[in-house]
Amino acid sequence: MNTPGSPLLATVGRSQTLAVSVVLLLIIAIWYIAAIFLNTAFQEELYKRANRVEVSTEEFVTATLSQERPVLPSPHQVLEEIWKTTALKKVTSKRSLVYHSWITLSTTLVGFVIGTLLGIVLAVLIVHSRVLDKSLMPWIITSQTIPILAIAPMIIVVLNAVGISGLLPKAFISTYLSFFPVAVGMTKGLRSPDAINMDLMKTFSAGNWQVFWKLRLPSSLPYLFTSMKIAIAIALVGAIVGELPTGAVSGLGARLLSGSYYGQTVQIWSALLTAAFLAAALVAIVDILNQVTLKRMGLS
Amino acid sequence: MLSAAEIEDGLEDAMQSSEPTINISELSLTFETNDGPVHALSEIDLSINHGDFVSFIGPSGCGKTTLLRVIADLEKPTAGSITVNGVTPENARLNRAYGYVFQAAALYPWRTIGKNIALPLEIMGLDRAEQKQRIERNLELVNLDGFERKYPWQLSGGMQQRASIARALAVDPDLLLMDEPFGALDEIVRDHLNEQLLKLWDKTNKTVVFVTHSIPEAVFLSTKIVVLCPRPGRIHEVIDCDLPRNRTLDIRETPEFLEIAHRVREGLRAGHSYEDV
Repeated sequence: MNTPGSPLLATVGRSQTLAVSVVLLLIIAIWYIAAIFLNTAFQEELYKRANRVEVSTEEFVTATLSQERPVLPSPHQVLEEIWKTTALKKVTSKRSLVYHSWITLSTTLVGFVIGTLLGIVLAVLIVHSRVLDKSLMPWIITSQTIPILAIAPMIIVVLNAVGISGLLPKAFISTYLSFFPVAVGMTKGLRSPDAINMDLMKTFSAGNWQVFWKLRLPSSLPYLFTSMKIAIAIALVGAIVGELPTGAVSGLGARLLSGSYYGQTVQIWSALLTAAFLAAALVAIVDILNQVTLKRMGLS
Repeated sequence: MLSAAEIEDGLEDAMQSSEPTINISELSLTFETNDGPVHALSEIDLSINHGDFVSFIGPSGCGKTTLLRVIADLEKPTAGSITVNGVTPENARLNRAYGYVFQAAALYPWRTIGKNIALPLEIMGLDRAEQKQRIERNLELVNLDGFERKYPWQLSGGMQQRASIARALAVDPDLLLMDEPFGALDEIVRDHLNEQLLKLWDKTNKTVVFVTHSIPEAVFLSTKIVVLCPRPGRIHEVIDCDLPRNRTLDIRETPEFLEIAHRVREGLRAGHSYEDV
């Protein structure tokens, strides 16, 4: 960000970093205050049981922030848990967050790739056929009105019944969610060329196929990348949801579920933060791909 | 699709015979809209000979662009007949008989100038060497040599429009259809490009059909000026413009030039073009 010799860019970079830091600090502060308040009731209960009446405020606050199963764990408890389950555990261990993240990530990526391809194929069909435009689009939209939590167990059960198990059923739930933004965005992208550009192709007597490769597809790429950014984030959501009905064996979803079984709120929050971090990283990677591609095309 | 040999035969036939390059008779075009039919073109009779530079002039809504689009097979007439190079506009389009220059340059932003000019050549399926040769030749023709590797956004509006003319010429058509190509440019650039276009026409001996709403531009460029008037779009008058072929901008001060410009203006006025302005 801080390009040497460009004071303006440096200033913008600095002020942006500053703004991000301020917001981050604010969130952490609110989190701590909320943790103290939410954990107060249980802490009072504990002291009452132990017959302790005189407790200093300092001790009380420290205690609320270091409970074993707090209503809301404090940020440092969550970070400590993440550190313990990533850096201090072997990645092959069932208790390693890296292991569980990898399970979820691989499901996400498989689901995302299939979803993106499906979305592109649907968009191509829709753009080239009036009949398919009229008949497919309503179903595509309807598919997203069904709550994913309701349909996810059905997909797992049905696929298991026909002998498909393991990663694929979970990935299909990612696909189910992620094909939608791609299909919609890509349809819009393939239709984005101006009338004048379409007329131009007609004056060259270009065939449908040539119009597609030389005009529609390049015009659609900015739209495709935008929808892929949405798709990869919800593909991760799909992967986590897909892990829930599989008996919570492995994956971030499994960590969330087992955490909630045993009231391990610290574990839940650490899985949650890891999922958020993973989603942010995936979106950032797609964004970098986007920028590199558009730059190479001379579009940015 | 026709083979290259057949296309060449067609072109030769069109040139050898005394038949006009474009022949339009009793042509009408009615658009059906929600507010009822709109008569965009009504009873058009016109013939354009090989090597002519014909301008369509008239106020907005007179159908001048629509008429050009009918010639290019971008619109279908609802009545009457039209031939381009002796065949239907559709066949002429499939033969790639014309190059079309739009109001906007319509260059693809993801292609360099050279690649933009190569676009119709790729579609025609020409080999690389031939493409390269045609790109160079046509860039030179519009004075853009050296800009092959630049992207459109790196060029000024006038240069972009010149690149789009080079793209139209790259197909090597006998006929050039131009729809207000310089309408969005400032007057100084426009004058300059008009002069260049005239030189190009003189050098290549192509037939040009040019849509404009500028009287001086029409008189300066044309051998024939077609004055159209609106509601319904029809030809009011065809004015011959017999100024010498190699014109320079100075000619606009001569009495002959002013005389023709005056006749065009009178024609536009008589066509009631200004009645509701």
